[in-house]
Amino acid sequence: MGTLAVFKKEIRSYFSSPVAFVVFIIFLVISGYFFYSILLYFSLISMQASMNPAFATGLNVTDGILRPLFANMSVILLFLMPLLTMRLFAEERKQGTLELLLTYPLRDGEVLLGKFLAATALVALLLFATGIYPLLLGLWSEPELYPILTGYFGLLLLAMTFISLGLLFSSLTENQIVAAALAFGALLLFWIIGWAATLAEGDWALLFRHLSIMEHLSSFARGVLETKDVLYYLGLTGFFLFATLKSLEVRRWKG
Amino acid sequence: MIEVQGLTKVYGNKAAVDNLTFSVEQGEVVGFLGPNGAGKTTTMRVLSCFMPPTSGSAKVAGYDIHADSIEVRRRIGYLPEHVPLYTELTVTQYLNFVAEAKAVPRVQRRQKVGELIERCLLHDVRGRIINTLSKGYRQRVGLAQALLGDPPVLILDEPTIGLDPKQIIEIRNLIRQMQGERTVLLSTHILPEVSVVCQRVIIINEGRIVAVDTPENLTRRLQRSTQVLLQVEGPPDQVTGRLREMAGILRVEMKDGGGVHGRYVVETEKDCDLRRELAHVVCSSGWGLLELRPVDMSLEDVFIRLVTEEQDSMTVDRSPVTLDG
Ligand SMILES: Nc1ncnc2c1ncn2[C@@H]1O[C@H](COP(=O)(O)OP(=O)(O)O)[C@@H](O)[C@H]1O
Ligand SMILES: [Mg+2]
Repeated sequence: MGTLAVFKKEIRSYFSSPVAFVVFIIFLVISGYFFYSILLYFSLISMQASMNPAFATGLNVTDGILRPLFANMSVILLFLMPLLTMRLFAEERKQGTLELLLTYPLRDGEVLLGKFLAATALVALLLFATGIYPLLLGLWSEPELYPILTGYFGLLLLAMTFISLGLLFSSLTENQIVAAALAFGALLLFWIIGWAATLAEGDWALLFRHLSIMEHLSSFARGVLETKDVLYYLGLTGFFLFATLKSLEVRRWKG
Repeated sequence: MIEVQGLTKVYGNKAAVDNLTFSVEQGEVVGFLGPNGAGKTTTMRVLSCFMPPTSGSAKVAGYDIHADSIEVRRRIGYLPEHVPLYTELTVTQYLNFVAEAKAVPRVQRRQKVGELIERCLLHDVRGRIINTLSKGYRQRVGLAQALLGDPPVLILDEPTIGLDPKQIIEIRNLIRQMQGERTVLLSTHILPEVSVVCQRVIIINEGRIVAVDTPENLTRRLQRSTQVLLQVEGPPDQVTGRLREMAGILRVEMKDGGGVHGRYVVETEKDCDLRRELAHVVCSSGWGLLELRPVDMSLEDVFIRLVTEEQDSMTVDRSPVTLDG
């Protein structure tokens, strides 16, 4: 009930500020550019394959276009998500509206969940808009449906993790820029830990790969729902949300 | 309706509110009067469950602010000092959100919001984005927001600060209409304001209560008398009787129930120092004089630092807002 009130209010606020709009445009332009160049590259390879059948093994739309597209979109999300989450608590603290919000008969958890779901809905809408790319593919080829759905599901889970982490940093400061910068830095760290995996050996490599936030996405784009990957994202999301709840509680004491 | 017991709030190592105890009865409009930095906002933030106290407890409508925070919040309408609103929404959108957040039943929502828009004179601006509203209108939106959900208790932090005289009168009228219907605790640093709106005043300074009385009594006490505290070793009845007989004494009050080492507050005419005479009377009656000192200087101090003229308040309010929370 309270969650719904906060959710609706946040969606309203998103659409009455230019930030969400700008993020939408940037995301669609950049992902569109990636789609276009991946498509170009793929058709080049296909052309060569038609002349030399040796190239043709393993050449299909899912692996050749969709997987790289999803991988690219995940990176764009990493760059843009902090912009969507930075204001959620920081702005309220700066404007003083948190003082009213936290004195309404709402539990902190309801407030947090409302904000989290509003940002998640926004990203879902954003991802939905990129559905145009698979649709275009469908005009002249027959991409498999299942990997597309799991791929999007993976992206949404990833975005939820980004959002929960962004919320945590937004609850720690009243400066939106600081919140965004911190969230962005933390996300980068989670990302590049995957690169360390290629350098490290044995168990370390395994550990780094497990920690890396992008690594867990690859199975989704292949059309495989791995329990451990789903749990990884849900677990991290839950952890960050819990930490945010605690941070709200602690900040109450300071007034 | 509001019971505060030993409330203390410490920031760092400084107590903003120090061992505050008071209560507000149902239907009363009580003024919380004190100069800037006295701890008014801090107290109200604790009562509205925005932040927990360092120690002490408070009850609103019988519910503990800590143990039953949600129940307390259901019964309180709170207007914070700087009227924080979601400025990107329109007045109606904003009030609808508040109605939902306060769990006003869906079927009543439209009607309740509509009623408050009329009552708080917001009809003309109901479709405007709050960002574009003047301070006076925002204050009324803030008041409407506090009144949503029909809370029996209202906590208003400096509801007239920064308004022009016409707006001040409007807001005060709105508050006065609530007398009897709701319990109101409102803070102010403007002395005349309390006598206009409040039935009782709690004066606070540097986090402590200095006096609790009706506005009339307070003004009289301040304008007409000085107080002296006596501790006398002697039979209480005789002591009070003897003191009352003296010339120039307005009132004698026994503190802490008297006793052989009783403490008495003696009120004398303003600017008339009777300490020498008092000492003489006590000693010549054969009692022991244990203590003799003027009191309530703090009350005067407070009053000196209060804004005593409506006109002053306008200049004070225009000064830049300082960081106070
Ligand atoms: N968040 C805070 N952190 C530290 N000190 C604070 C904070 N809020 C208020 N104070 C201090 O507590 C004292 C009381 O402040 P406040 O309750 O705002 O007074 P008033 O509302 O009566 O002007 C002031 O000295 C103020 O500086
Ligand atoms: Mg204040």
